[in-house]
Amino acid sequence: MSHIQTTVTKPYPRRVLPDFVRRLPVNAKITLGLLIILLVLLASICAPLLTPYDPVKNDLSQAFQPPGSEYWFGTDNFGRDIFTRMLYAARIDLQIGVFSVITPLLLGSLIGLLSGYFGGWFDSVMMRLVDIVISFPFIVLIIAIISILGTGLFNLYLAIALVGWSAYARIVRAEVLVIKQQEYILAARGMGYGHGRILFRHILPNVISSALVFAMSDVVLCILLGASLSFLGLGVQPPTPEWGAMIAEGRNFIINAWWIATIPGLGIIVTGLGFSLLGDGLAEKIESQ
Amino acid sequence: MDPLLEVKDLEIVLELKERSVYAVNSVSFDVRQGETIGLVGESGSGKSMTCRSILNLLPGTKSKTVKGSVQFEGRDLLTLPKQEWQQVRGKQIGMILQDPTSSLDPVYRVGDQIVDTLRTHQKMSKKEAWERAIKLLQQVGIPSPEKRVSQYPHELSGGMRQRVMIALAISCNPKLLLADEPTTALDVTVQDQVLRLLKQLQRELGMGILLVTHNLGIVAEMCDRVVVLYAGKVMEIASVEQLFAAPKNMYTKGLIRSVPQLDSTGRLEGIPGSLPRMNQPLAGCPFRERCSLATEECADAEKTRLQEVSPGHWSACVHHERMCGF
Repeated sequence: MSHIQTTVTKPYPRRVLPDFVRRLPVNAKITLGLLIILLVLLASICAPLLTPYDPVKNDLSQAFQPPGSEYWFGTDNFGRDIFTRMLYAARIDLQIGVFSVITPLLLGSLIGLLSGYFGGWFDSVMMRLVDIVISFPFIVLIIAIISILGTGLFNLYLAIALVGWSAYARIVRAEVLVIKQQEYILAARGMGYGHGRILFRHILPNVISSALVFAMSDVVLCILLGASLSFLGLGVQPPTPEWGAMIAEGRNFIINAWWIATIPGLGIIVTGLGFSLLGDGLAEKIESQ
Repeated sequence: MDPLLEVKDLEIVLELKERSVYAVNSVSFDVRQGETIGLVGESGSGKSMTCRSILNLLPGTKSKTVKGSVQFEGRDLLTLPKQEWQQVRGKQIGMILQDPTSSLDPVYRVGDQIVDTLRTHQKMSKKEAWERAIKLLQQVGIPSPEKRVSQYPHELSGGMRQRVMIALAISCNPKLLLADEPTTALDVTVQDQVLRLLKQLQRELGMGILLVTHNLGIVAEMCDRVVVLYAGKVMEIASVEQLFAAPKNMYTKGLIRSVPQLDSTGRLEGIPGSLPRMNQPLAGCPFRERCSLATEECADAEKTRLQEVSPGHWSACVHHERMCGF
């Protein structure tokens, strides 16, 4: 078993954009992506300034109001303003997207770096671990871990970190294997540099770009994942506003009050589009260099 | 005068999955101060192996055994503890590699890499090191060094990059320079410039150079003495004059004859056959299967030992007396 070669193909950044968007010029993509992300970010930070309503307070007299001038996006079954809830939910969803990418990125890159550079038993153990983690469907494993740890934001991050590092470890390791064959690494050792210095100053900068690009598209997936888990009742708990949870609550009224579930769905799509554009643009930019 | 570097009975065996490769067999030679030694042989003769083992930089993935000793200034490099390597690599022994296109880190400016090396080995402020970097670039003949120093490797040509590598290698005034085929990847005119530069720097700094090459033309031009390797065994050690005037080993003779001459009209003579498989310990002369003088004695390990045939001229050939000129 120990001689089975781990495949070193790097998981290509998953592309989720429609064709006409992908054909945009590179810089336009990056700018547009950044613009969308900034807009969502600003709106969520300035939420109290933008809306007079409270995101969790019920007002049953105002339930099921359709979108209009009073309630821009309508109200839900408890009479809460959906626009307000959207803004507050964005805070949590962006948090999930960003935080659940940072830990796996750091952890996975470090493991990939050490694995690829030193090889040996550490590499074997880590890559078998990666094989085990990857052999499960992503979401099933996360659901399993969360049902063991219990629900909650922190446990959600923890579960994603425990699973997500594997992709980064693979990407970085594969790149390290290529880079460490380069003569400048040999030359660096010939100059008398230590391992730590070679790893972090000479190998890391040469391998990290593909992990970063992957991270960009991973943000989208993590937002979706957070939403899916909340939809399933394993993520953010009501009444805290969260897009996935909002969709879950609204789906019972989809025929009579379509806006309750649809508006948060649109929120996910727009945010996802922003991060995808950014990730796609960066990937192309790096490829072209 | 004591030799700067003394390699003695160096043996390197690589353990591959199914077989062992006896890459270097009992190699001994020395390099004196200010001298250029050529390490010559065809591909796979163990010349790069020998060179890299001096800095303990053999490819790390394969398991290998290294025996013998490499004395450098009274220290055995093969048993040197890890902490002391930093003082030797890059500081006392510099190294130039074959391919200048990949031996510089693409993400750092040329100057940054020189500054890094300088500050690893010497106490120096960033500013001092930067200025020293400019001086070094000037010393290796790079025009407008103030501009080049803040350029990235991909902005420089191959010859320029090799000059930068040389600047890096000599940045801490090493006593010994290991040059592993420094000009193989360069085109002929640039080759000549780089070799001249090495020669000139050697005069200025008084360092010893171990030049690994398969090009006898370069050897004739550059070296004081030559070590001829074949299948990981030293076939002959001689001064350049002795070697080209009267080689005392059939292999050397074959090598010299295989160099294309511009003025010759006849066919180029090669050496028939190819390197032996090196999967068992060497017994006798490894060249005997391709040699026209071979007799039964050639399989005798004792008789094919390296011996001094005239002052400063060593040969491992049993039949060295039967060879006189061409």
